[in-house]
Amino acid sequence: MITTTRGLMDESLLKRVDSVVDNDNEHTTAVEYWDGDECVHRSVHVHLKRGIAFGVGEAGGVNA
Amino acid sequence: MPNTQAMCTQFKADAMNGLHAFGPSVIRGATTKDAYKAALYLVSATRNAADTVYNSTGEVSGANYVAGGVAVTTAVAPSVSGTTAFFTPSASIVYTTVTLATAFDAVLLYNDTSATKLAVSVHTFGSQTVTAGTFTLTMPVNDSSNALVRIA
Repeated sequence: MITTTRGLMDESLLKRVDSVVDNDNEHTTAVEYWDGDECVHRSVHVHLKRGIAFGVGEAGGVNA
Repeated sequence: MPNTQAMCTQFKADAMNGLHAFGPSVIRGATTKDAYKAALYLVSATRNAADTVYNSTGEVSGANYVAGGVAVTTAVAPSVSGTTAFFTPSASIVYTTVTLATAFDAVLLYNDTSATKLAVSVHTFGSQTVTAGTFTLTMPVNDSSNALVRIA
């Protein structure tokens, strides 16, 4: 059973669609459940690969 | 060995821990760490380095999302390695069973203890929506090369 826009539903009755995005900034997975042409559930997991650096060295600049 | 102009590495960590005040500061109520929160922002918002405090303009809204976002777990204090001080939340940031129908692509980390909700950093990712589901932000490795917030 999963949470949906219609309450808890048996996921076996729904069509599951998985997607993945991977780049220098993130690795993201999304899981969707569709009932016909309606998306009733979408969860997303974003893994940030790298944060932000504030450069305060000799140049005094800021870098990402 | 000659003298070498440098920012003292320990200062970077001490700054993260609020131990310096070159200008007017605040009277802190305790020596305990501050509480932090993470708020999500729409693709149409303009969060950036100019932000000074938490701002609800452009923040996402939807079922089970509370304005201001969710608490950030800060079990691990800032560290130093080499000449870099760094900090990363010690757990994933999770928005549970929310519906966020309008695309969003940024999270603002801010100090929820400070009276004005001081901004810390903005992090972006690919545009997303969530439907009766969970949005999870997993943190990068907490080291001098990848940590979420680094002073190099």
